[in-house]
Amino acid sequence: MKRSGRGAWPYLFLTPAITLFTLFLAVPIGYTVYLAMLRTKVSGLGLGKGARREVFVGFDNFAAALADAELWSGWLRVLGYGALVLAVMLGLALLFALLLDSARVRLARFTRIAIFLPYAVPGVAATLLWGFLYLPSLSPIRDVLDVDFLGATTVTYSMANVAVWGGVGFNMLVLYTTLRAIPRDLYEAARLDGASEFQIAVRVKIPILTPAIILTTVFSIIATVQVFTEPTTLRPLSNTISSTWSPLMKVYRDAFVTGDLYSAAATSIVIAAISLVLSFGFLRVVRNRAFGEG
Amino acid sequence: MRANRLGAALAVALTATLASCGSGEPTESPEAAQSPAATQDAPQGPVTLTYWTWAPNMDKIVEVWNKDHPDIQVTVSKQAGGDDAAAKFLTAAKAGNPPDLVQAEYQHLPSFIAADAVADLKAETAPIKGEFSEGLWGLVTLGTDAVYGIPQDSGPMMLFYRKDLFDEYGIAVPKTWQEYGEAARTVRKKDPKAFLGTFSSKDPGAFTGLAQQAGAQWWSISGESWKVGIADEATRKVADYWGALVKEGAIDDMPYFTPEWNKALNDGRLLSWPSAVWAPGVLSSNAPKAKGKWAVAPLPQWNAGESYSGFWGGSSTAVSAESPAKAAAAQFATWLNTDPAAIGLLVEQAAIYPAATKAQSALGAAPEYFATQPDFWQQAAAVSAGARGFTFGPNVGVTYNTFRDAFDKAVQNKTSFSDAVQAMQDATVADMRKAGFQLAS
Repeated sequence: MKRSGRGAWPYLFLTPAITLFTLFLAVPIGYTVYLAMLRTKVSGLGLGKGARREVFVGFDNFAAALADAELWSGWLRVLGYGALVLAVMLGLALLFALLLDSARVRLARFTRIAIFLPYAVPGVAATLLWGFLYLPSLSPIRDVLDVDFLGATTVTYSMANVAVWGGVGFNMLVLYTTLRAIPRDLYEAARLDGASEFQIAVRVKIPILTPAIILTTVFSIIATVQVFTEPTTLRPLSNTISSTWSPLMKVYRDAFVTGDLYSAAATSIVIAAISLVLSFGFLRVVRNRAFGEG
Repeated sequence: MRANRLGAALAVALTATLASCGSGEPTESPEAAQSPAATQDAPQGPVTLTYWTWAPNMDKIVEVWNKDHPDIQVTVSKQAGGDDAAAKFLTAAKAGNPPDLVQAEYQHLPSFIAADAVADLKAETAPIKGEFSEGLWGLVTLGTDAVYGIPQDSGPMMLFYRKDLFDEYGIAVPKTWQEYGEAARTVRKKDPKAFLGTFSSKDPGAFTGLAQQAGAQWWSISGESWKVGIADEATRKVADYWGALVKEGAIDDMPYFTPEWNKALNDGRLLSWPSAVWAPGVLSSNAPKAKGKWAVAPLPQWNAGESYSGFWGGSSTAVSAESPAKAAAAQFATWLNTDPAAIGLLVEQAAIYPAATKAQSALGAAPEYFATQPDFWQQAAAVSAGARGFTFGPNVGVTYNTFRDAFDKAVQNKTSFSDAVQAMQDATVADMRKAGFQLAS
């Protein structure tokens, strides 16, 4: 009796979580899958009552999404953009975290806040702000540097710059807090062994930081795969960003501009699957090193 | 065993929670949400209507109505304009909670009709049909027997230009597009930093108006099928004309409505803007420094002696198919767009160019920004008489989106503009085919 009773209690405690999960995650996902298998069919002119109905088309929308060349070139663009953002943003975050953690830095508190502050600026505001700095006749940068920031090749770098500017602070903070949690005696021991600050950073701090670095990388991969705000906000200012620049922009276009909710649902499921593969793939590759698991 | 029972009880509780959440929705119908009073004290109570619009100061105009009509209270919900507003309305209609009244741009109305989101107001609007020109009325009927909205404003296109700089450079106001091209070259010679104008790859509405002026018919209905003619001869002519000017460098290629564009207008580096009658509002807020320096003229023509124009923008007031108080909504929409007092307020407060024919000729003082041109409204009325439009199709969203992508690319790579027009045609036809619309070949 006692044993089976205990078996039931956990479910009771889990009820709120399960309810919320079902309502706000499982049901919407299920609905998206359901939508992705439909399509509207109109007859004749498509005007007036009853001229439009929903038909079940099975996996047709998925097949169409996977066969869409525009979606895959979107992935390529995002991959290039993502590699750039990931490398620069995480590199800078690590560098800043290590610098702030080293004993000799001055004005640490101020610098930490200054680096973190851009993260508090909403993405749209940050992109508009940078957008103004990119526009030829408004930008003070353009007065000294003659580069077309919104050109066909440069626009990716310009967007990556916005993402890096906004993202370094958060990632730095994650790494920095992990660093502060490391017992100081480790450094003392390293110093007694004759290690320089640089050697301590590379041989002691970075290995201990590895799990945190992996965590920030996974978050950043997910964030860059879903890039939407920067290109969408910059689009009205430049004629180099198409409405399908990133996969998520294509979903938005299908759902709200061209009114095809069903294709949008199918494409968003494809995107979710790909980001899942990317993040778990990355985790799998690094798991051994990071967590010593088999 | 007990565990199983508990599990079952849990499942029941969960289902109950879910069910109660689900059943909560039907009671939260638009009727209940929008007119609580109506459900409480039966038909006598006041009807409450929501109205989505982006016209400035509409709340003040609605206040006047609300004061005189205690039975029909209208609440304005201010929207962002443009294509986003149309998408929002379609989404709300699909979700089952649209507003009772919506401001519908003419080009988006067919999408609303195809989505079965707006009501047929044929009976309610029979007495006011004569208040509008046939061309505008066609935009809300699509040439069918039904009436899907009441025209509110219209946007006949005109040429706005910097009179002071035209005089300084000795440029006469171009009467034909050929003269416009020559004037563009003159400007480049006189001031290498300035342009006569710019081609915006972000504004399909402007291009549509220019194509209409040339006689384009992008969509038409014949019998039970649609005919799509976006890549017709007139549109290709317009596209290639601008394409050549952009390629040559005689015309700039910056999009409209950007901070960059504002600055160019303010600094006198853009000397003209083929725009619609609502341009004074835009110029006064985006280029305040140039007040009094702009003048207006009819659009340049394709053949000397003609007086055609097209439409950029303009909208109607439509009633949701889902609205529980359609009659009241139609009554308000009729008042708003045909009552002289209401139109007076629309002109004064919302700065629109009214669709009602009588109101167009009754406009008096020129907009403040054009104070130097007292005959502004007379010019507008003359241009309006020669403006021609066409029936919009049920998937303008696709067409306009393809315009932006295709012309962005054409401007960027300096490739053929008529190829971009062909891309619009192909995308539009493919989308209609996929949805199952009957197409005439």
